Amino acid sequence: MKTTRPNRRRFLKETSALAGLAMAPGVVAVAPRFASAAPAAASADDHNALEHVLYGQRSRFVTTTRVIEGRSHPDRPPLRPTPHRPSARTPLGELVGTITPTSLHFTTQHHYGIPDIDPADHKLMIHGLVDRPLVFSVDELKRLPFVSRIHFLECIGNRPSPRAATVSDTHGRMACSEWTGVPLSVLLDEVGLKNTAKWIIAEGSDGGKHIKSVPLPKALDDVLVAYGQNGEPVRPDHGFPLRLVVPGFEGIYNVKWLRRIKVVEQPYLSFQEHSRFLTPNPKTQLDSYDFGPESVVTYPSGTHQLAGHGAYVISGLAWSGGGAVSRVEVSTDGGQTYADAEMAGPVLPKAHTRFYLPWRWDGQEAVIQSRCTDENGLVQPSEAEYAKYWGLTRQQLYRTIQSQLGHCNWMQAWRVNPDGRVTNGLPPVEEVSDVHG
Amino acid sequence: MCTASRVRSAAFTVAVFWGTAVMAQPAGSASGLGRAPSDAEVRAWDIAIGPAGAELPEGSGSVGQGAAVFVNRGCTKCHGPTGTEGPAVVLVGGEVTSFTNYFPLAHWPFAPTIFSYIRRAMPYDQPGLLTANEVYALTAFLLNRNDIIPADAVMDAETLPQVVMPHRADYTVPEPWKPGTPRGFRIVP
Repeated sequence: MKTTRPNRRRFLKETSALAGLAMAPGVVAVAPRFASAAPAAASADDHNALEHVLYGQRSRFVTTTRVIEGRSHPDRPPLRPTPHRPSARTPLGELVGTITPTSLHFTTQHHYGIPDIDPADHKLMIHGLVDRPLVFSVDELKRLPFVSRIHFLECIGNRPSPRAATVSDTHGRMACSEWTGVPLSVLLDEVGLKNTAKWIIAEGSDGGKHIKSVPLPKALDDVLVAYGQNGEPVRPDHGFPLRLVVPGFEGIYNVKWLRRIKVVEQPYLSFQEHSRFLTPNPKTQLDSYDFGPESVVTYPSGTHQLAGHGAYVISGLAWSGGGAVSRVEVSTDGGQTYADAEMAGPVLPKAHTRFYLPWRWDGQEAVIQSRCTDENGLVQPSEAEYAKYWGLTRQQLYRTIQSQLGHCNWMQAWRVNPDGRVTNGLPPVEEVSDVHG
Repeated sequence: MCTASRVRSAAFTVAVFWGTAVMAQPAGSASGLGRAPSDAEVRAWDIAIGPAGAELPEGSGSVGQGAAVFVNRGCTKCHGPTGTEGPAVVLVGGEVTSFTNYFPLAHWPFAPTIFSYIRRAMPYDQPGLLTANEVYALTAFLLNRNDIIPADAVMDAETLPQVVMPHRADYTVPEPWKPGTPRGFRIVP
């Protein structure tokens, strides 16, 4: 999706120039361009400014931003007496590779705001069914052995939809980062587990003190207490200074601003573990841990415009909460036939895998979709297969909110129209209940 | 799985690296890092209340006191005068359907988690403001308005865990997860 949001820094620079404010030496004021259609030529001065030498910036011709969620848009009347911070999705249709730039990593609403935490004051307490309860400072955690791992992080609110305009609408509550931190198994070894330990409760230091129960076998397997994201400290809207990373599990497990881990005997079934996240349905409960095999074509995808017939690469992301992607197939005829896609880079467990398929568009209508198989042999379902599993009609499938369905990992199709416009490729339904987020 | 083995090797590294420290102080952690929390620190932070209510604090509250707290603490600003008007979540009554984006209070599986949530997260603009007595009272008020406890009930650390939620039997505790556990949704070619 094309975005027109102005670069804030440039905007400030322009307005300060207009106001006749003093500017740093070497910074040349540029003429305001409030509504110009064509961008002016790149100015070398921008990139020579000391602030941009100290902290790099992207080309001013690159204007991609996160995409604000419709339901939480600032122009909607607020439901709560707290600062209204909208949810924002990752602009997957404009990105390449597998790592999501941190500034474009999706964020949820955080009704209680983003805590402003001085890492020097922050503590992590580990207690409960342990031999020695301990409190660690952030600096102490950094003195322990660590790992850096690349993992996707996805919200249960993602869902393919016949109504969606873009791949950000369907899958933008998802991102992939390199996380650096201490394996939770190391910390649990430090405190010593008692024999009765079965689960951990992780708690954040946000206003609402979000908690989530994590089964102990998972906590000991590959969970991290992360302080690094993509080579720098985890940013405030992703949990600075510490967050839990629970690879392959639903996003809500990845507790931000982590302050406490309590080792317990049973899951606590707190608000975020049953309200909207757990229906009285055994199928849903079994599904509430790791995501199944998923993939989506990001190019070409909704609102893209092809320039004419000829050579293209169909490109997308594949991932699975159960391990590594073993195969991605791409169809250009709505699922009648498939061809194996190429993997563009490293294929890592519980991480985004970039795939592509060279494609020569003949100018006729094409319906493009992808199908992922993971290392466990599980295959991404079609919409019909998914609906059949749950015993739902298509109409019911899209009228049920995402979090009550479980993990919505069926295939999203995109239609390339003869004029090159790319639109949604799923047949329309009368009503879609898109209420998560 | 390769990620799991990497974690295990990291733990092994700690044990080997600080092996001598372990021998020198058998009661301490392998690294010697971290400190023991004081009882007061643990009490102040141990606010997540499990299904059994083990962490419930001292204090108590009645249905009538809860009705007053509901008004005096401004709950009505978001939930309406009787807890049904909104604009925020409906607290009294309501049915579970595929189309509702909230869970009626009667469908919470365990009563102590209601106390836990109110205390940690409410009021929305000043979470943590309420005293234990106020939270017990609000919990009693809401349980009564949802026809789960009688009007003369008093909630405290003894009585709240004994409240049987009407839809408790609809739930099973999630199956323990193990690495490689196949998910419920499974299509194999």
